[in-house]
Amino acid sequence: MIPGSFDYHRPATVQEAARLVASLGEDARVVAGGHSLIPMMKLRMAAPAHLIDLQGVEGLAGIAVSGGEVRIGAMTTQHMLIEDAALAQAAPLVREAALQIADPQVRYMGTIGGNLANGDPGNDMPGLMQCLDAAFTLVGPEGARQVRAREFYFGAYDTARAEDEILSEIAFSGHAGAGYAYEKQKRKIGDYATAAAAVLLRMEGGRCAAASVAMTNLADRPIFSQAAADALVGSPLDAAALDAAVAAMQGDIAPGADTRGPVEFKRHVAGVMLRRAVARAASRA
Amino acid sequence: MSKMHVKLTVNGKAVEALAEPRTLLIHFLREELGITGPHIGCESSHCGACTVDMGGRSVKACTMFVAQANGAEITTVEGLAAADGTLHPLQEAFREHHGLQCGYCTPGMITRAYRLLQENPSPTEAEVRFGLAGNLCRCTGYQNIVKAVLAAAPVMQAQKEAAE
Ligand SMILES: Cc1cc2nc3c(=O)[nH]c(=O)nc-3n(C[C@H](O)[C@H](O)[C@H](O)COP(=O)(O)OP(=O)(O)OC[C@H]3O[C@@H](n4cnc5c(N)ncnc54)[C@H](O)[C@@H]3O)c2cc1C
Ligand code: FES
Ligand code: FES
Repeated sequence: MIPGSFDYHRPATVQEAARLVASLGEDARVVAGGHSLIPMMKLRMAAPAHLIDLQGVEGLAGIAVSGGEVRIGAMTTQHMLIEDAALAQAAPLVREAALQIADPQVRYMGTIGGNLANGDPGNDMPGLMQCLDAAFTLVGPEGARQVRAREFYFGAYDTARAEDEILSEIAFSGHAGAGYAYEKQKRKIGDYATAAAAVLLRMEGGRCAAASVAMTNLADRPIFSQAAADALVGSPLDAAALDAAVAAMQGDIAPGADTRGPVEFKRHVAGVMLRRAVARAASRA
Repeated sequence: MSKMHVKLTVNGKAVEALAEPRTLLIHFLREELGITGPHIGCESSHCGACTVDMGGRSVKACTMFVAQANGAEITTVEGLAAADGTLHPLQEAFREHHGLQCGYCTPGMITRAYRLLQENPSPTEAEVRFGLAGNLCRCTGYQNIVKAVLAAAPVMQAQKEAAE
């Protein structure tokens, strides 16, 4: 398990990091927490000649909550997400999901930016951020631009981020007052999801007034299911509405068979996760 | 790919060495520094036997390049006992409550439990289990490990209060 050799860089500003990425080109990779990249490097599935460590970059880690709006620096670790009281109040869905990622040691190192930029369909944060309708800030040689989480993922390890861009910040509106739930089925603690569902909903007069649904590890990218949300809105969240939402979600996902099970099983678990998530979100709305 | 100059503080001592950036921290500790408390169980980020404390975080030293650790303060299980050899309350509790059998997982368990109890000085049993979820043990069935950590918590508290 010896990774390939590389030269190590530790830039101090995001501009310097972006310049390094641009000048070193394809041979360079940024490393955040390293808990997706280093395992890949050990297997030599990744062998960058230059590693650009973002840990020393000023201002990339931190959580700001103001007026219900949340901004999170890319280098904020999952541990920091769990510990932040203001975030837990403004967007408790994030904490609930972060607690279900990996194990304590991984969460001390793994960052939200790395989890989102990685592009592995098994990662939990991308679906979560689609549910929250987050926007990502990407910094490249020509400056910064924003891409919505719902438009960021094209396929496995294929995202809207250009090779010379660095994900610097994640922004979304808090969901105070909305019901929320992150339901994840995994084989053991520390495992990626067999299926996971992120749900937000608002109730008015006993009926669902708004909903957002995203599914994880059930396709080559996270799946934001507008159709599942539409099936819930306007309903009292009765059995018919739940059946319709599950059917709609099934139309959007495309799971593949792997060590976590055959396609039929994944579809079954996806339905169970969505039902549980809607029920728990409703109980909190 | 040249070697780089790394400077760390390990168990309170300043350490300097030339190392390839790709050297995993666990290999650096064990082979370069001869600190063999942290073990290599899986070498694939799953078992926690390699856990060390780095700047107040429990980290798996098999999933960290020495280059990333450059400048950090690291504590391994060797750094927990007092200077006169008196065992740390966690080490004492593991002995007292039979929290180990073969001992392979023990340095990682104790180092992880050390950080857990700094952050949550009086955890519930469920919190101990959740907090140790990144450490695997093939021998004990975890019961006595959890017991030991729960027993060490008030002792560590009392020591802290006495020191204040
Ligand atoms: C045992 C184990 C269990 C795990 N279980 C889960 C789980 O259940 N759910 C889950 O979601 N994840 C899981 N993970 C993955 C973990 O959460 C990773 O930490 C995370 O996916 C990546 O974050 P990182 O900071 O470690 O990124 P890194 O590994 O440093 O980087 C990942 C990729 O993103 C790129 N990158 C990183 N940061 C940026 C940035 N700011 N801008 C542009 N590109 C960037 C890197 O170049 C690399 O290609 C697990 C990992 C392990 C080792
Ligand atoms: S040896 Fe590091 S986690 Fe197993
Ligand atoms: S005591 Fe043997 S692995 Fe834990």
